[in-house]
Amino acid sequence: MSQVPLSHILIVSTALFFIGMYGLFTRRNMITMLISVELILNSVNINFIAFNKYLYPDRLDGVFFTLFIIAIAAAEAAVAIAIFINLYRNFHSIDVEAADELKF
Amino acid sequence: MSASAVVFYMLAFFILATGLLAVTSRKIFRSAIWLLFSLTGIAGLYFWLQMEFIAAVQIVVYVGGIVVLIIFSIFLSQQSGKDLPVPVRGRQVVSALLVCAGFVLTCLLVGHYAFRPAGQPSGGGIGVGTGEGDMGGNASVGNIGAQLLSTSEHGYVLPFEVVSILLLAAMIGCIAISIKIKPEDK
Repeated sequence: MSQVPLSHILIVSTALFFIGMYGLFTRRNMITMLISVELILNSVNINFIAFNKYLYPDRLDGVFFTLFIIAIAAAEAAVAIAIFINLYRNFHSIDVEAADELKF
Repeated sequence: MSASAVVFYMLAFFILATGLLAVTSRKIFRSAIWLLFSLTGIAGLYFWLQMEFIAAVQIVVYVGGIVVLIIFSIFLSQQSGKDLPVPVRGRQVVSALLVCAGFVLTCLLVGHYAFRPAGQPSGGGIGVGTGEGDMGGNASVGNIGAQLLSTSEHGYVLPFEVVSILLLAAMIGCIAISIKIKPEDK
């Protein structure tokens, strides 16, 4: 582990974050946008764990932040999918372009 | 380059390649499966960083929970054999340019910042329990549990309870949002 510098792990998590951003920009289906959001949250988790391991090896705070982020991501995914189901019932599509009820 | 570094670069390549496939695949079900591989690779990265508990939580919650939920919602709301519509070419190009610019900027910032360990320098990267008594840095399940539920200064019992309330609220909210109202009750 000590042979790999911290910046390489940070570059991996940065790349994962921007892959998620690319998906969020280009996709118009809500489930694929949720997949992109999960990738972004995971890149943040990698950062927390890597900082904890390399910079503060005698503390555990990064571990707890990661645990809470995972818990909140699970809650967020559950609520998002409940909203998708409800949206599909009303519009028969979960494309973001289809949900324009409030627009006009 | 040692075997450990080789393992890291292979894991990094795996995570990024499957992540890229997850956001570019034209079939939505394949996209979810690529996400599953990417999350498993991230769990492998946690194992490589010797955070076994986080890796286990990652597998249980993400791979076992969220991906299964996503696959269920795909089956409920999509024709999973059909291709997704191709995004507009202009939007693709602009977002790729923006993303590359952001990536290069962040990499430059990361490269210019000297990350120095806090406290004693070169304090043995592997979590050796140095000082702080039983609150030491050894990321074993026992230490994590003791500090998570500790009410002392560095304890995390208040965020733990707040998250439990949040999970309860999310559960009730999910039921309230997705419950089916019969037409005559409307």
